[in-house]
Amino acid sequence: MTGSVGHAGLVGHPGVLAASTIAAPHIEYSQLAPMLIVFAAALAGVLVEAFAPRSARRSLHIVLALGGLGAAFILTILIAASSSIFAGGGAGHIAAMGAVGVDRPTLFIQGTILVLAMLTMLIIADTAHGLSPFVAQAAAVPGSAEEREGLLKGVTHTEIYPLTMFAVGGMLLFPAANDLLTMFVALEVLSLPLYLLCGLARRRRLLSQEAAMKYFLLGSFSSAFFLFGIAMLYGFAGSVRLSAIASAASTNTANETLLLAGVALLGLGLLFKIGAVPFQGWKPDVYQGAPTPITALMASCVVVSAFGALLRVFYVAFGTLTWDWRPVLWVIAILTMLLGAVIAITQTDVKRLLAYSSITHAGYILTAVVASSALGLSSSLFYLATYGFSTVGAFALITLVRDPSGEALHLSRWAGLGKRSPLVAATFAFFLLAFAGIPLTSGFTGKFAVFQAAEASGATPLVIIGVLASAIAAFFYVRIIVLMFFSDPVPDGPAVVVPSALTGTAVAIGAAATLFLGIIPGPLLSLANNAATHLFVR
Amino acid sequence: MNSYVPILVLALLAVGFAVFSVVLGTLTGPKRWNRAKLQAYESGIEPTPQPPGGGRFPVKYYLTAMLFILFDIEIVFLYPWAVTFQKLGAFGLVEMVTFVVTVLIAYAYVWRRGGLEWD
Repeated sequence: MTGSVGHAGLVGHPGVLAASTIAAPHIEYSQLAPMLIVFAAALAGVLVEAFAPRSARRSLHIVLALGGLGAAFILTILIAASSSIFAGGGAGHIAAMGAVGVDRPTLFIQGTILVLAMLTMLIIADTAHGLSPFVAQAAAVPGSAEEREGLLKGVTHTEIYPLTMFAVGGMLLFPAANDLLTMFVALEVLSLPLYLLCGLARRRRLLSQEAAMKYFLLGSFSSAFFLFGIAMLYGFAGSVRLSAIASAASTNTANETLLLAGVALLGLGLLFKIGAVPFQGWKPDVYQGAPTPITALMASCVVVSAFGALLRVFYVAFGTLTWDWRPVLWVIAILTMLLGAVIAITQTDVKRLLAYSSITHAGYILTAVVASSALGLSSSLFYLATYGFSTVGAFALITLVRDPSGEALHLSRWAGLGKRSPLVAATFAFFLLAFAGIPLTSGFTGKFAVFQAAEASGATPLVIIGVLASAIAAFFYVRIIVLMFFSDPVPDGPAVVVPSALTGTAVAIGAAATLFLGIIPGPLLSLANNAATHLFVR
Repeated sequence: MNSYVPILVLALLAVGFAVFSVVLGTLTGPKRWNRAKLQAYESGIEPTPQPPGGGRFPVKYYLTAMLFILFDIEIVFLYPWAVTFQKLGAFGLVEMVTFVVTVLIAYAYVWRRGGLEWD
């Protein structure tokens, strides 16, 4: 360390030794603007909590959140269109002194996250029919007098809006991080608000608190593994920069144990967030217990963000180690696809079932990650976008099917729904068909893209197992459709509430995107191809 | 490897000091047990029994501790900035103001929500 210190500083002013070696850093604020705006909106939300009167808070929060996300989305498009970063077909630019990569795949991922977050925000904000999906007073013991008092007073936790915005900010930074420490900070910024939000369901509060506790404990473990991996890789490469790790991996063959241990631990942390087998255990419990809008956020935005980070780490930092990690990801992809599909058959809770379905879908995307090519990247990006829209739409619909005790989640309650509420049942059936990958839905085009990428990289067995898993999965999706349309309605079954403008918009956009991307996938597919041709910036 | 020797020595010193203090304490200290001494230490709250039904217990201590950490970390960042103030110039000023304002917003939230009132 001391070797690099200039002699003049050493002799003349020992007191300002450190100062003489520090060059003022510079930060490209304009390139980081989307993230900065989302964080600024979150901070403004905290100020609203502190100073605005209770009655005005919700509407202020909605304006701030949707405005912030919308502005960030527009800026993302402007950055993607700006010629200065991508001049001469360049891959992109590394901003903030090497901490953040601003490149095409990242901008595509960030844009996807922002759009999905806006849709989710609509469901979060829905308090129609006098029912916010969130708890009145999180600190009150479930079933206590205090809880009843809070409910009667009509208090609500409007902190959910800034918390969600902080989480979305972390999600934007997570796939953009160009060094592992920034990535870790982003991981925590996105995780910590989510742990809290999971425990804030209005109904079945003990289940919700259990989900929050499980997610927190397991998430902390995975973060610790992630950090351990960073330490190993730093020990190996002497740097936490992804590109430095890549170049060290291709030249330094002395400490392979450190490198491989680092790859394994870091991969564990990332695979936990996407819920790949064998790190899927938290997903059903947390998806079931969390408030449904938060489940929608986790199943769409968090998965997109975590896959973005996974792709960047494995394509940039471990790009020269493909032969080391590919067999492992092969096995994980196979297990994830099959286990998710098989266990989903036995589920009786709609949210649990969609959780297992989400695990299976993570497996499908992993087959494209394994391809480790531009085609693999572009098909992953496309799949993430299409799957996100369908997921948000499906969870938004679940919030509409209610009985007196809240959302009717047990599958037996959904029997005959098609006869009482044909429109809602038909839309849900459409989302299920998209998850199953039936043609004319975005699920088909997405699946076709990822399997094509896997096939092109020579992973034909993976594709065969993927198609097999899709067939198993199609069985339980179709079973729900049969249940909704061809069974007799249960007496005193759940009523479908008329969707408010907010949830209605979320469902409509989700369904429209699912249909549109199923029939005319061209524009988004070429956008994804465009984003992936130069891979990630190094 | 040589550069790690001081760290090894430091680790040995730390372990040695810990063992020495504990052993010396048990050998020379007076042993007058009472009920309070045998209780688990839980940051100044009664560890057991909890109020019926899990109940609520005051978290004032945690709030104070968290606020302390907030300002402690702020100082940790302010100090090096003060040292390199000339060098960093306007950029450093902008970044530090952003940082301090962020911390202040959190502080304002705690203040408005009554987090600073002990009772």
